[in-house]
Amino acid sequence: MRSNRREFLKIAGVSALTLLVPAVLPPVRAAGNPSAPVAAARQASSPLQPLTAGRWALAVDLSKCSADCTDCTTACHQVHNVPALGNPGHEVKWIWREPFPAVFPGETHAWTGESLRRMRPPVLCNHCANPPCVRVCPTGATFQRPDGIVMMDYHRCIGCKICLAACPYGARSINFRDPRPFVQKLNPDYPTRTKGVIEKCNFCEERLARGLEPACVEACRQKALVFGDVEDPRSEIRLLLEKRVALRRRASLGTLPQVYYLL
Amino acid sequence: MLEKALTGGPGYRAWMAFLLAVFATGLFFYLRQLELGLGVTGMSRDVSWGLYIAQFTFLVGIAASAVMLVLPYYLHDYQAFGKITVLGEFLAVASVIMCGLFIFVNLGQSPRVLFVILHAQPKSVLFWDMFVLNVYLVLNIITGWTVLGCDRKGVPPPRWVRPLIYLSIPWAISIHTMTAFIYAGLPGRSFWLTALMAPRFLAAAFASGPALLILICLVLKKWADFDAGEKAIQALARIVAYALAVSIFFVLVELFTVFYSGIPEHQEHFRYLYAGIDGHGNLVPWMWMSAVLAVGALAALIHPRARKNERVLAAACAAVFAAFWIEKGLGLVVTGFVPSPLGSVTEYAPTGPEIAVALGVWAAGFLVLSVLYRVFVAVRREAGSVEPSAEGLRNGP
Ligand code: SF4
Ligand code: SF4
Repeated sequence: MRSNRREFLKIAGVSALTLLVPAVLPPVRAAGNPSAPVAAARQASSPLQPLTAGRWALAVDLSKCSADCTDCTTACHQVHNVPALGNPGHEVKWIWREPFPAVFPGETHAWTGESLRRMRPPVLCNHCANPPCVRVCPTGATFQRPDGIVMMDYHRCIGCKICLAACPYGARSINFRDPRPFVQKLNPDYPTRTKGVIEKCNFCEERLARGLEPACVEACRQKALVFGDVEDPRSEIRLLLEKRVALRRRASLGTLPQVYYLL
Repeated sequence: MLEKALTGGPGYRAWMAFLLAVFATGLFFYLRQLELGLGVTGMSRDVSWGLYIAQFTFLVGIAASAVMLVLPYYLHDYQAFGKITVLGEFLAVASVIMCGLFIFVNLGQSPRVLFVILHAQPKSVLFWDMFVLNVYLVLNIITGWTVLGCDRKGVPPPRWVRPLIYLSIPWAISIHTMTAFIYAGLPGRSFWLTALMAPRFLAAAFASGPALLILICLVLKKWADFDAGEKAIQALARIVAYALAVSIFFVLVELFTVFYSGIPEHQEHFRYLYAGIDGHGNLVPWMWMSAVLAVGALAALIHPRARKNERVLAAACAAVFAAFWIEKGLGLVVTGFVPSPLGSVTEYAPTGPEIAVALGVWAAGFLVLSVLYRVFVAVRREAGSVEPSAEGLRNGP
């Protein structure tokens, strides 16, 4: 705690500048994200068509996902300039791992086997079809696209944090301080954030626009992550959901999570 | 009338200077927070609301409690409150101003606060809460100021304030209900997910607000040469007693529901509050203190002889105020986040700068309150024994 405060003072100068800039900028909402111009530019030069869907969803094949692998987190956090703050209370997380009993408290019992207990499923924003975070946001900074992706407009977020209270999955983070000095390897194709705003997984909408799958899916060597359109009956994800038993986190809350965990 | 606030004895001036100093300290630390981010507070990813929002929630209650004077006086013709209704309205004004400031300092990007209006989202409870609070502020400024101004001139208040006063009655209920809905409508936060939230808020408000008013009246009697009258104070004390009893009952109802149903997710939060989980129990001593203060105060307040003793009454009212400040200003908000959705217990404790900012906001509120009350006392003293002219308003056709 104490050393943090000292670091704070060090970066105070930079912070003071970043404070004014976002307040002055008009809220950008072109395709809902400040990265949109970048994505659009890429699209023009990219031979690939943007990927589209009725409703995007992610399936995690727990039988293939090994507990000690960090490929998805590393890839995601790198492309999206997620800062590594080191302080667990201030951490920004897009996709990370949690022990099975924490992810599925309702599905764990006294005799749950060791193999299940040892699992550490990746968790991320579920891009709920009925997202409480969108409902509560007083500025529309959190909003949902027709294809189901729950998006953040960093320029419109006032940092009221009611969405953190509303998300029943702990999927959102707020920048408790200026994240920029903590971005390890800057990806110039994706924006960095400012202090005081919320962020979370965006299903790599900027990559979809360029015809690419989400970074985590691409990075997974076990092919444990399957991304696709659940409204398309011929998609791989639909075939998997038809064949396998799938869990969703706290499905009883009615938020309709779109991340499915295959057993 | 405002010029009256500029004059005052050495006591008044010293008090104002003290408040200004506390406010300035708070401002200094707020500017640091603005520069460095919310990281200077004790809030975290898991407990993302803390002291600020808790103070906000508590103060909405204090603001709403003005209705406990306005309603008996204007609706039931309860004359004893005629002298002090304006005090209640001014207390509401100061409280709502503090509420607004607490929301403001809680924002990660406070310079963008106007986005709530520029990009208004009608499906967001927070938007509606801001709306009802602002309207309530305006209602109380207008009614309080107008009635007091007419008292000064010795004329009955204009006819047009009456509908505003009537409107302020349901509006007071709405501000605290809306604040309760901020919490009660969230899935997965089982501590807050109870239909009892709004009623509990109101009961707590109607106990703690009038308790504060009694204390203020006793202070004004002793140091400002303004006597609200035994009858009014005793009537307020009865209101505190009833509201406190209802409030304690509501807590017991909540405890029964949670523990008899036996749903672990709902029990955990209460366990954290009153017993602690896994050795984490920052709030436990506070909550027990709150419980003892509330029950003790109830014992004193329902006993007529004890209640009539001014010293006992003052102590009981201080106890009620402290009990609810702990319950809402510390316990309610934080506990909704503990344990987190992933089952981890992250404790929260406000940092020094955070406490300084909070005290600064309180000082700002008391500055406003002192100015308004200074004007009030001066006007009432000038008016002397003349009965308040709101009389004419009440009895008007
Ligand atoms: S997981 Fe949380 S942040 Fe993501 S859409 Fe659902 S409620 Fe919103
Ligand atoms: S913190 Fe930002 S995204 Fe979250 S509800 Fe408030 S304005 Fe919306």
